[in-house]
Amino acid sequence: MNAPALGIAPAAGCGDAPVLRERGQREVFCGLTGIVWLHRKIQDAFFLVVGSRTCAHLIQSAAGVMIFAEPRFATAIIEERDLAGLADANEELDRVVARLIERRPDIRLLFLVGSCPSEVIKLDLSRAAQRLSETYSPSVRVLNYSGSGIETTFTQGEDACLAALAADLPTAAPGDGRSLLVVGALADIVEDQFSRIFTALGIEARFFPARRAGDMPAVGPNTAFLLAQPFLAETARILEARGATRIAAPFPLGVEGTTDWLGAAAAHFGVDPARFDSVVAAGQERAARALLRYRSELQGKRIFFFPDSQLEVPLARFLARELGMQLVEVGSPYLHRQHLAEELEMLPAGTMLSEGQDVDRQLDRCRAARPDLVVCGLGLANPLEAEGMATKWSIELIFTPIQGYEQAADLAELFARPLTRRTRLVA
Amino acid sequence: MQLTVWTYEAPPHVGAMRIATAMQGVHYVLHAPQGDTYADLLFTMIERRAKRPPVTYTTFQARDLGSDTAELFKTSVRDAYERFRPEALLIGASCTAELIQDDPGGLARALGLPVPIVPLELPSYQRKENWGASETFYQLVRAFAGPHAPAPGMSRAPRDSARRPSCNLLGPTALGFRHRDDIVEVRKLLERLGVDVHIVAPLGARPADLARLGEADFNVVLYPEIAGQAAQWLARTFGQPMVKTVPIGVGATREFIAEVARVAGIAAGGLLETEESRLPWYSRSVDSNYLTGKRVFIFADATHAIAAARIASDELGFKVVGLGTYSREFARDVREAAKGYGLEALISDDYLEVEAAIAALQPELVLGTQMERHIAKRFGIPCTVISAPVHVQDFPARYSPQMGFEGANVIFDTWVHPLMMGLEEHLLTMFRDDFEFRDEAAPSHLGAEAAAPPRAPDPETRQVGGVESNIVWARDAETELHKVPFFVRGKARRNTETFARERGVATITVETLYDAKSHFSR
Repeated sequence: MNAPALGIAPAAGCGDAPVLRERGQREVFCGLTGIVWLHRKIQDAFFLVVGSRTCAHLIQSAAGVMIFAEPRFATAIIEERDLAGLADANEELDRVVARLIERRPDIRLLFLVGSCPSEVIKLDLSRAAQRLSETYSPSVRVLNYSGSGIETTFTQGEDACLAALAADLPTAAPGDGRSLLVVGALADIVEDQFSRIFTALGIEARFFPARRAGDMPAVGPNTAFLLAQPFLAETARILEARGATRIAAPFPLGVEGTTDWLGAAAAHFGVDPARFDSVVAAGQERAARALLRYRSELQGKRIFFFPDSQLEVPLARFLARELGMQLVEVGSPYLHRQHLAEELEMLPAGTMLSEGQDVDRQLDRCRAARPDLVVCGLGLANPLEAEGMATKWSIELIFTPIQGYEQAADLAELFARPLTRRTRLVA
Repeated sequence: MQLTVWTYEAPPHVGAMRIATAMQGVHYVLHAPQGDTYADLLFTMIERRAKRPPVTYTTFQARDLGSDTAELFKTSVRDAYERFRPEALLIGASCTAELIQDDPGGLARALGLPVPIVPLELPSYQRKENWGASETFYQLVRAFAGPHAPAPGMSRAPRDSARRPSCNLLGPTALGFRHRDDIVEVRKLLERLGVDVHIVAPLGARPADLARLGEADFNVVLYPEIAGQAAQWLARTFGQPMVKTVPIGVGATREFIAEVARVAGIAAGGLLETEESRLPWYSRSVDSNYLTGKRVFIFADATHAIAAARIASDELGFKVVGLGTYSREFARDVREAAKGYGLEALISDDYLEVEAAIAALQPELVLGTQMERHIAKRFGIPCTVISAPVHVQDFPARYSPQMGFEGANVIFDTWVHPLMMGLEEHLLTMFRDDFEFRDEAAPSHLGAEAAAPPRAPDPETRQVGGVESNIVWARDAETELHKVPFFVRGKARRNTETFARERGVATITVETLYDAKSHFSR
């Protein structure tokens, strides 16, 4: 593999480091939140949450998404009569879906999304999806997954959605050649950039999920896949069960992460190292130059991560190694040891890792440590600012194109901005 | 099951959070799955509160369901008590916890903690946010004021005439639409009347303050959706009369003053004689002539909807063409108000139904919630937000009450400014084809981005109302229609089509358009 960018010092790594596992109040979103970006990603898909008013209110509040005139999501709100058995929940669901499809004839893929209440009352959405698929086939495919808070944390909702979709992908013909699948929703611009790089490397790459339901890639034993996001445990499992091979790699955040991520694919497909170097050189150089400015702003600054998206470990690795930040605590809702193996190896030795959450205890640790920057969710940000701490809302890291060379500086900027802002404000 | 795109109200436990967050010294332990903590951001982001809401969520997960969620709940209550040392604990369940039936209230009581416990039963599958807020406030008032109630049958002693009359202000909460500023304005009015404010609740009150509610001479119910139930109980239990007029608008503020004076047994004095608000004069000034008969659609919580209709009609000279509410609990009041304007009230919490009503009525101004703001934006109709549900913009940095005389000033400005100003409106109508004065141009102060995208070129004729209708618009008639100002164009189109349909006209021509105009102007 290539020499590390920016003269990064070798680290002893955190592969076997102890992890503080906590169980208490978790201040995190549930998996339904993933609908907020997934419904824009797959342009002819619709997400119907089968849940309560809380679910509907969560999605409309979580990201202030009411900018969309007519969103491609809705909630079938369970009412008292559904619980009391007065109304057959399945009949009710059929009625709601009929109304929806009549209203939105453009829908090609409908997800029935399970929620906490639908799971607790054991409403079988997979059977409902099968039944409805038969009714609306071939114009609409109906799949189901659970975005419930009792089973999924924030980005795990995307994992559950993609896992449902992965099981439903067409099977690659036995004669098909080797192909690369990039797995995980990425901003369209990032996808286009990676697509150009893979083409230059001579690798045939497809992206999953595709932008349209009818364009989903095929999968089979000749498929190798590269995870673009660190939270896709179940999706990876399904793809592997279908014969595909996971290419182990760190995640494409920062210059180093991007190079290693692309490099892992290049190695898997036997791309000549010299060719690889020449293809990535321009991007590497541009990104390294753009990062310099932020390095001077962020170097030596102490950062504390509250658990949120599972992106915390790759982000911490990028900030520590390429920008010289000091990691006070790296909290993550869930540490997938296998998918994060390369990332953990690259973390500075002795990094404090925590998994799960007891928010009040974690706040105590944060206050005691007085970091320069706190990465946390929307519920905690303003209260911590009011206590004098600079914060970065973690949700922005999901809603912003941050992967790849051209976005490396944008990613650094997200962390520099709250600190810069403080130096600008006089009053 | 109800198909919902957007929801006007949150679930009832969020209503309870609005009470807990408004108060001091209260902590709410909510049995809820992971994810329900999203509700914190309503307060920290939308209202920009500097503190986390005083809520502990048990955040149980699937693996806990198999073991013991009750034990998890008890641990959460104990920990919350140890950490926050509240003066009162509210105990409740969100929608999912309601299904697993752990009896949070009973479990909390059994812990024997040295703190008053107020269990809340808020049925999530039947009720919504405002009901939850109302019920929570009522339960808290009962729990803390209850022990100080006089024996049944004892009548209230008359006020010592040497003492100024005093009242409680009931209803302001966290996340309320302009509650923060309304109480300042109402306090000023009461101060000038010579009435003391004893307790404001729930906003800023401690449990110990609730215990002293009965000491005031009367209650002022600022937000009936939230405080009506508690005030009725106080009236029954303590014999405290209540002032029910909500002082939104000049007329209502004057009535409020008169009612306070009557209930307090004092003279209203000069407050009713002087012109305290600029609204009446601004509304009579010639510039306001163009407001006459503007067609306005109103949809809000019941209190704000009824108040807005009255101001629109009586104080600004608008024509109320639609009036409705999502507050089903107050449907009767809104229906009655709507009758006064010759309307059938729209009682619905279905956003799509409200959208359809606005589309059909083609009003010139929408007064609504954040939901209607989105609908109006899409239709290119000016809009002002007058009620919750709220958005970060509804917590302005400036002082911006809705109540009292200053509130009426704020209302005049915020309702009138989105409208096309008088001369601009005329010029736009006269020189419709001016290339800089485009047909689709929105009011100039709304900026260029407010303009609608250009129309697709018209075909020779255009089919109307789906396949079964056989009416078409001739191209020149369609062109002529586009010379009609956009804010009445929808109405003109609808009227012309109705006219054509009634007369069996197959193709609408320029002649038909003007025949219809003449017909409907009679």
